[in-house]
Amino acid sequence: MRSHALIALLAGAALVGCQREERQARPSPVGSETQEQVALAPLSPGEPGPTTYTSGKAKEFEGNAYHLSQGKKLFVWFNCNGCHGSGGGGMGPALMDDRWIYGGSIENIVQTIREGRPNGMPSFRGRVPDDQIWELAAYVRSMSGNAPSSAAPARSDSLHSHPAENRQSPSPPIAGGIVPPSAEKPQ
Amino acid sequence: MRTRVWSRHVLLLSSALLLTGCNLVQSPLNPVSPQARDLLWLFWIFSAVLAAIWLAVMLALLMSLRARRDVGTDPLAADPHRESRATMLVAGLAVATGLTVLVLTGLSFAGQRRLFGNETAAVTIRVLGHQWWWEFQYEDPDPSRRFNTANEIHVPVGQPVLIKLESTDVIHSFWVPSLMGKVDLIPGRQNILRFTAERAGIYRGQCAEFCGLQHAKMGMLVVVDEPEAFAQWRDAQVQPRLEPATDEARAGEQAFVAAPCSMCHQVRGTGAAGRNGPELTHVGSRRTLAAGTLPMSRGNLAAWIVDPHGIKPGVNMPLVKLDPGELNTISAYLEGLK
Repeated sequence: MRSHALIALLAGAALVGCQREERQARPSPVGSETQEQVALAPLSPGEPGPTTYTSGKAKEFEGNAYHLSQGKKLFVWFNCNGCHGSGGGGMGPALMDDRWIYGGSIENIVQTIREGRPNGMPSFRGRVPDDQIWELAAYVRSMSGNAPSSAAPARSDSLHSHPAENRQSPSPPIAGGIVPPSAEKPQ
Repeated sequence: MRTRVWSRHVLLLSSALLLTGCNLVQSPLNPVSPQARDLLWLFWIFSAVLAAIWLAVMLALLMSLRARRDVGTDPLAADPHRESRATMLVAGLAVATGLTVLVLTGLSFAGQRRLFGNETAAVTIRVLGHQWWWEFQYEDPDPSRRFNTANEIHVPVGQPVLIKLESTDVIHSFWVPSLMGKVDLIPGRQNILRFTAERAGIYRGQCAEFCGLQHAKMGMLVVVDEPEAFAQWRDAQVQPRLEPATDEARAGEQAFVAAPCSMCHQVRGTGAAGRNGPELTHVGSRRTLAAGTLPMSRGNLAAWIVDPHGIKPGVNMPLVKLDPGELNTISAYLEGLK
């Protein structure tokens, strides 16, 4: 009798294995570029702090292994590593540390990619579709360990200068950041 | 009654399956190169020898099942005469099996010599496998004569072709059944394949190693041309894109370069210089679209741009935001890139 119960329990536990990440192979039609309104500073006049608006798309992308690995591929395809190295920085700032000049939330990073930033970061509006910007932003956050290790990419197709993203220790974002050498002098 | 209907269905279905053998566009039974003919010859020899052995075994089994022998009083009594005959028979069959294996190995070795031959190639093509399309780079000692194309290669009749196989992501396999046996594309190494097409025509090829969601829709065409036609095609491919001739196509080019298209696709002669997706400089001259999935036409180009994931779910081509006017002019522009 006890062994029957044990078998039933084990079979029930095995059901957990059926849980599978949902991947949307056919994204919903476009026409809806997300309009995130995020503040870079926590201060604002008046009582409740800065007014922000987020589309909620972050939830769909942040812990999703498919989107994160697509982001990793796009990071190379769109030559992000041309300036940011493989996260360690170069002409552009490092992405695997905890310093964020323009905010470290996924919405901030989406804005940074879409609008560009002074001193070198190009604007990719109209060049990279909205979903791919979100994939890139989710992946950029996984570089500093800000993605669930069960979803973050576990391997690289080529040599990498740092451990796989899913072994990165989490470093919560700190606002501010180090000014890159390219920003010290006006260009 | 029911079983009869059922068996008729099975018969119908299996004869319908046989019909697929008639498709000569992609069939190893329609060899047009010495390499494919060697393989077909090996296939028939092996099939005939193994079928004969199988029939003999089945016959012997049937005979032994039907044979009746008087066992006498003691069923375990051994007749020394029978025993020695049986031993001889088994030993003879073991030797025959060994000989068959040896002979087949020798035949296989001899039959594959031409596959791994070392003749100098008239045309060298570097093949890069991508999920889920083929990139073809025509090599030439003169750098200005090199060019890239995708999903469709042209080769001249009767001249040896050298194919260098590489992969950019996962393992694929290059297989044009009428021309050669399959060879894998393995990340991090280069495999070599040679063939000489003997008859002009169009032969279809297919990825033959499961490589992900759209493995089944990773096809290609090999167009075997007469040498003059091939030289003409090659000269045209080396050129940058044809100047758009109409206002519509000019608007299409502007829209194409400003849209996300240029992040991944290259059209030589314009600002679009992405290298992640198929080269589109002469896309209108190809016969198919999306790695052999759709026939080339303006309508299919538009359909593919509007809904790539409906046609090939999981494909890396993203859904891009275009207004109807842009879509219209871009498809006209691409169709005109002959």
